[in-house]
Amino acid sequence: MSTATADGAATPGRASSAPPANGPSAKKPKSVMGTRPWLAAVFLLPALVLLGALVVYPIGYSVYRSLFDASGNGFVGLDNYQEMFSDDATKTAIKNNIIWLILAPTVSTALGLIFAVLTERIRWATAFKLVVFMPMAISMLAAGIIFRLVYEQDPDKGVANAMWVSVHDSFSESPPFPGAHPRPAAGTTESSSGAYTTNATLKAGSPTSLPLVAAKRDDISDAQDAKAAKPEAGKVTGTVWFDFTRGGLGKEGAIDKGEKAMAGLKVEAVKDGKVVGRATTAADGTYTLPAKAEGAQLRLPAWNFSEPYNGIDWLGPSLVTPAIIGSYVWIWAGFAMVLIAAGLAGVPRELMEAARMDGANEWQVFRRVTVPMLAPVLSVVVVTLMINVMKIFDLVYIIAPDPSKDDANVLALQLYQSSFGTDVNQGLGSAIAVLLLLLVMPIMIINIRRIRRESRR
Amino acid sequence: MTSADTVVRAKQSLVARIAARAGGGALRVVLILVGLLWLMPTAGLLLSSLRDPAEANISGWWKVFSDPGQLTFSAYDDLLGNQQITDSLWTTLAITIPATLLVVVIGALAGFAFAWMDFPGRDWWFLIVVGLLVVPVQVALIPVAKLFGEIGIFQTTTGVVLFHTAFGLPFAIFLLRNFFAEIPRELLEAARLDGAGELRLFLRVVMPLGGPAIASLGIFQFLWVWNDMLVALIFADGGNPPITVALQQQVRQFGNNIDILGPGAFISMVIPLAVFFAFQRQFVAGVMAGAVK
Repeated sequence: MSTATADGAATPGRASSAPPANGPSAKKPKSVMGTRPWLAAVFLLPALVLLGALVVYPIGYSVYRSLFDASGNGFVGLDNYQEMFSDDATKTAIKNNIIWLILAPTVSTALGLIFAVLTERIRWATAFKLVVFMPMAISMLAAGIIFRLVYEQDPDKGVANAMWVSVHDSFSESPPFPGAHPRPAAGTTESSSGAYTTNATLKAGSPTSLPLVAAKRDDISDAQDAKAAKPEAGKVTGTVWFDFTRGGLGKEGAIDKGEKAMAGLKVEAVKDGKVVGRATTAADGTYTLPAKAEGAQLRLPAWNFSEPYNGIDWLGPSLVTPAIIGSYVWIWAGFAMVLIAAGLAGVPRELMEAARMDGANEWQVFRRVTVPMLAPVLSVVVVTLMINVMKIFDLVYIIAPDPSKDDANVLALQLYQSSFGTDVNQGLGSAIAVLLLLLVMPIMIINIRRIRRESRR
Repeated sequence: MTSADTVVRAKQSLVARIAARAGGGALRVVLILVGLLWLMPTAGLLLSSLRDPAEANISGWWKVFSDPGQLTFSAYDDLLGNQQITDSLWTTLAITIPATLLVVVIGALAGFAFAWMDFPGRDWWFLIVVGLLVVPVQVALIPVAKLFGEIGIFQTTTGVVLFHTAFGLPFAIFLLRNFFAEIPRELLEAARLDGAGELRLFLRVVMPLGGPAIASLGIFQFLWVWNDMLVALIFADGGNPPITVALQQQVRQFGNNIDILGPGAFISMVIPLAVFFAFQRQFVAGVMAGAVK
């Protein structure tokens, strides 16, 4: 069974080179060169120059620069750090970074764990893993563009809302004719809520027809031709139709040949403020109300003309951060899955079999055996993702549209804005950089300690 | 008694087998659905990029299923005829190739020194390199911009290459030093006895044996630099930016320029995806090892 992961494309060839997982070899090879330190210096020189000038020196300079104001001349002590925690934009960034830190690594790791466990014994798992891991290959910019399209507000363009709206609409009907209204000359009164009531009263045996205008072409294009309702003894009948003939040749208020019916409209008969009958217009635009409707007024409820449900505002102020985290999970769940799958291959089968023999069900085996055995791998994955998430920039920069950019703010984005963007204050920018460095410092220390321990052995 | 036992056990195992079969079927369906869900965002942009631009900007990509007639390469034709975009692809290459080669060469030299040479404070120097593994690039943006400004390479391709090289080095040195240290001592000593100098040892013994690690490192660094936007946004030449920056400038009008963003994003993805499919093993190893960056 181990071949299911071993032959997969998605198997870390040399997982042993992952720094958090494994240190360098315990061996400490002795020089075969004899001692010629100047030669070592020659080999090391290019690396040390670049690291010194572009990595080490900047750390010192950032700390120094963070103690000065925007111009760089006035010493302000720790004011920039104070401002960082009082400035609204930076406060939002810190708050969002915390949301990111909590949600993104845990959701990605949880999904990765589920995928790894589910695919463990499936022959075609390689194909699945390939699909889930593929987003790791593309740039955050491309992923951002991809998800900008997914989250488009218009349900006719963004697939997230298209799916959501179709689910929503299968539970509740959508209004048939948004924006339509009766012809003003037809003698109706509009209520404040947008319903239309006829001024005249209904009579059994004498059809009441109502001409409407301003329906959207798409809503009307495949309707049947309207038909004048036949008078029926003891029933109130009538037609609601789209009183418009292309070219403007039709007569207003009359059902001309070729004018379209408006099917699916809800009509109500209202007498003294009470609804005494309801009907829905048929495919030819006619409706039939019971005799009770005699003497009532005909009302078209506002629902008929209301705008259709337009889905969720994914990239609006309140959802923009979770939505962007969704795109992050899409990228990194594959990473978590592959690392966890590699760890899973190392968990001894016998342990799980023994638990099953003792009567544990699959959930218990997963919860009590698999997860604890995977704990080291899981923590590596979570820590790696946390380091990664602290520096998140591209996705937010690309996906958040301008109106909600402030609501989606994160530290790395704020640092960019304060350093090179619109509101330049490199003192504040440097303070944020130092904060980011402090946040990864624990990991740095853990790494150094482990390497030291391993090289002493 | 024993036969009754066997019957019960057989029955249980039959029930269990049916349950397992049904569970396996459901699992298969779930995995296929998740796989489709994972593919959908990319497939959506791909289909959008292949639609008639007039259609792509007003309706969803799924409309192609009811009207395949609108599929066309015209958006790609337009984009590849766009001088700015083709130039930006060349800029991306002009940044990515040197930044990858430099990291491999400089990282291998240092990795070799750390693995096989003797010099005072060797272990301490190596611990510093390990410490630098997780330093965020953000820390260096302001200081290096100032430094590059002073020596006149701010917003030039050279500057971007140097920046990426420097930030690729800690991982490169770490990875290669560990790999080189595993090379059997006898091989090096034998070459030494044949009179090989340090450079010869490095070129003829260590580099060839380091092949797998160098491949993983090279692929990881290549993709890292190719896909970078932040560093390029600040340090690249604004008049001749790499593809990520060129596309980023278009995102502001998102919604009515899917005909540029769609094919643009796909052109920028072609090379990474080709690398992904061609070198799956090394790619995964590289990404796994380098993800701390």
